[in-house]
Amino acid sequence: MRRLSLIVAALLLAPALAGAADLLIRGARVHTAGAAGTLENADVLVQDGRIAAVGGGLAAPPGATVVEANGRPVTPGLFGGVTQFGLEEVSLEASTFDAELKLTAPAWQHMWRPEFDVTPAFNARSAVLPVMRVEGVSWGMLAPLAADSLIIGQGSAVTLDGRYDAALHGSRSLFVNWGSDAHDASGGSRAAQYMLFDQAIREVREPGTSAAAALLLPEGRAALKAYLAGGRVVFYVNRASDIREVARFAAARGMKPVIAGGAEAWVVARELADAGVPVILDPLENLPGDFDRLGARFENAKILHEAGVRIAFSQSDGFHLRKNRQLAGNAVAHGLSWEAGLAAITSGPAEIFGLGGSRGRIEKGQAADLVLWSGDPLEVTTVAENVWLAGQPVEMRSRQTELRDRYLERVKSHSAR
Amino acid sequence: MSPLKRLVVAAAAAASTACAAQPQAPAADPVPAAEAADVGADRAPFSSTYAPEPSLPTLIRGATVLTGTGTRIDGGDVLIVGGKVQSVGTALPAPEGARIVEANGRWVTPGLIDVHSHMGVYASPGTDALDDGNESTDPVTSNVWAEHSVWPQDPGFEAALQGGVTSMQILPGSANLIGGRGVTIKLVPATTYQAMKFPGAPHGLKMACGENPKRVYGGDDQFPSTRMGNVAGYRQAFADAQGYMEDWKEFDAERAKYEKDLAEGDEDATPPKPPKRDLKLETLAEVMRGNILVHNHCYRADEMATMLDIAKEFGYRIAAFHHGVESYKLADRLAAEGVCGALWADWWGFKMEAYDGIQENLALVDFPQGGCSIVHSDSEEGIQRLNQEAAKAMTRGRLAGLDIPPERAIRWVTANPAKSLGILDQTGTLEAGKMGDVVVWNGTPFSVYALADLVFVDGVLLYDRAHPAPKPRSDFQL
Repeated sequence: MRRLSLIVAALLLAPALAGAADLLIRGARVHTAGAAGTLENADVLVQDGRIAAVGGGLAAPPGATVVEANGRPVTPGLFGGVTQFGLEEVSLEASTFDAELKLTAPAWQHMWRPEFDVTPAFNARSAVLPVMRVEGVSWGMLAPLAADSLIIGQGSAVTLDGRYDAALHGSRSLFVNWGSDAHDASGGSRAAQYMLFDQAIREVREPGTSAAAALLLPEGRAALKAYLAGGRVVFYVNRASDIREVARFAAARGMKPVIAGGAEAWVVARELADAGVPVILDPLENLPGDFDRLGARFENAKILHEAGVRIAFSQSDGFHLRKNRQLAGNAVAHGLSWEAGLAAITSGPAEIFGLGGSRGRIEKGQAADLVLWSGDPLEVTTVAENVWLAGQPVEMRSRQTELRDRYLERVKSHSAR
Repeated sequence: MSPLKRLVVAAAAAASTACAAQPQAPAADPVPAAEAADVGADRAPFSSTYAPEPSLPTLIRGATVLTGTGTRIDGGDVLIVGGKVQSVGTALPAPEGARIVEANGRWVTPGLIDVHSHMGVYASPGTDALDDGNESTDPVTSNVWAEHSVWPQDPGFEAALQGGVTSMQILPGSANLIGGRGVTIKLVPATTYQAMKFPGAPHGLKMACGENPKRVYGGDDQFPSTRMGNVAGYRQAFADAQGYMEDWKEFDAERAKYEKDLAEGDEDATPPKPPKRDLKLETLAEVMRGNILVHNHCYRADEMATMLDIAKEFGYRIAAFHHGVESYKLADRLAAEGVCGALWADWWGFKMEAYDGIQENLALVDFPQGGCSIVHSDSEEGIQRLNQEAAKAMTRGRLAGLDIPPERAIRWVTANPAKSLGILDQTGTLEAGKMGDVVVWNGTPFSVYALADLVFVDGVLLYDRAHPAPKPRSDFQL
């Protein structure tokens, strides 16, 4: 492993510093995840937490920290996925889990709470976050969960740079279950999903005309109204016919649909491309997990990308976010281009969630979320060697490295018993 | 997590008075493949009917060969004849008529083995109707056998084969303290599970520590609801089985006396009545006799130590702790006791007992003399990439200063799982006389870009990436 300068090493051990020095990463293979593609032997200059310049032979400003990459790859910070990190410490411990709304009133009274937004529950001090950060994950999309509701609620993208106010402006989205996953919430028929959603829309657009047992509270009507005026709505849906139908349904009612799951999206790739509907998928999903996913196949990502659909990768489980680059590598092994694989965990999701102007690429003006890798960033035998978030070096420690260090010595001295 | 399942118990109809009076687990008796293939013969219930198809002699030439014994041969050859590995070396002569695989630049390993799968018992699609993995109606169900829930049409089998897996153990779920018998199968296409069963492989016994049993039962205010309840449950079950073994021993003695009396002309001698067969206790008795291998779901180091004490109390051995995310804390003890750690590369955090997971776990468990690390999946997704999981763990070990070359790490997915399943004498390494379970990879298997080019099971080429079968193997997928 190549060594950094002593100055940088000292910085890495220090707690996050406000107003860190400028940073110049020199001589890297810069994967911009943007139009410039990959730049060999290039430099990245960071000032004030943003990328100030990218190119060859950049001069280090006085006082700047200089890191010699020696040809190692640099990427934008990675997208962890559509997830619950920072909303949970331990999934099965209910007291640490804030992603699901479970009110105790009769189901019809509380099922539809689009005003439920998980963003304020985000815990920037969660012990889960350092585990992700040291693996190069710099941001993710917080999403509520609900197995028994059609409209689940809202979430926002968050940066993992440690700030309390971590939500990223412009990323707020509404999440909706569709297809067999929402069967129980729609009276046992997916056809009723369209019926009920239209009922809710009518309550928003024509308040006063709805039945006494309304689906929405006044707060819910206000929340949904914003999404009917071009808001981003993420539909968890897998079956090709449902994807096609719900994408048209949503667009016709003023929403901007995003497909998540999308196991059979490849079947309707052309239509999704024409309609500009992006897809967030797990490229490892190749088995018919249920009857909505009979067409699941490894080539989903490749077919969608080649048809012109914007894609992002996500496995959703908050504890496996560091696996997102392995997802991308496997998609490449199954035919997706390498650049498209990287884009699906960087610029792709940034564009999908309205953040393309501020992150996801190594370009001038973007947030300086950067990762220096020991080798191919999509390879399972490489690791993140240095991570900078908003231009600041991340301390490469987590609860897991602490456990490792405690027990490594015991194992080496044969006293782990 | 896993819903409740219906009871599926097939009654064994073996006569208990033949030969040894103590009832033996029928399928625990090794059945030679040739005999087993004759389904009309007098075979034990549920025993293997698998016999390999005839296969071409095959010479794989010029590859990087990881033998699974800890050896790497560059420019190596592997010769498979009659379904068996005949030789491994360099510049091997090709037998007449042999299929030649030019493998320059490619890597060859033994077929991968997963010790922890629920394929077929939790099949794809995950419908209620195919939800057959947990008999969660009683915390001790040592009477159930996973094979009786296996749906051979699970599309996951073909996907696993394409990931280089040639054998796997299918286990019941972890809802119960003692969940039932696991079955080891080969990844061959078949209409019945008997035709997939690994000939002669012993059964496993699934046991589970910690949160799952106490959540499943305690949540309904049933026993057990605590870890101390869990331990009482295991111990009572084995204590009952000890009593059962005593009853049969007593019966044996009475029968011997009866036979002796008869021989001596005592016309009034009356035959003793055998104890009633108890399928739960029969399984546990077989465990204590060493004929069934214990595979123990157990996350926490302190609970592993409890289970080791219970094993000592009742005189059985634990083959492997599965999901042992804290195994690294006890690495020396596990190595000293000869217990393998069947582990994930990086799963953690989804429940309290998984909170202390670290990515160096496999490497640390592997480190002591006699350490036995196994990469397991517990996942229809993960089983397709056991090689990548091993690669991640190898990488973390190296970064922690542990020198783990590929020829060592490959053992985590080949020889070590074979050892824990009691089949290492037949597969798990590339050595003369072993089954021709062989994978030719497109490059190093320790890569995200690795794909299995060719997969042989008993010398039969079952997967050829360049010439995929025109139709899926599973009837369901037609």
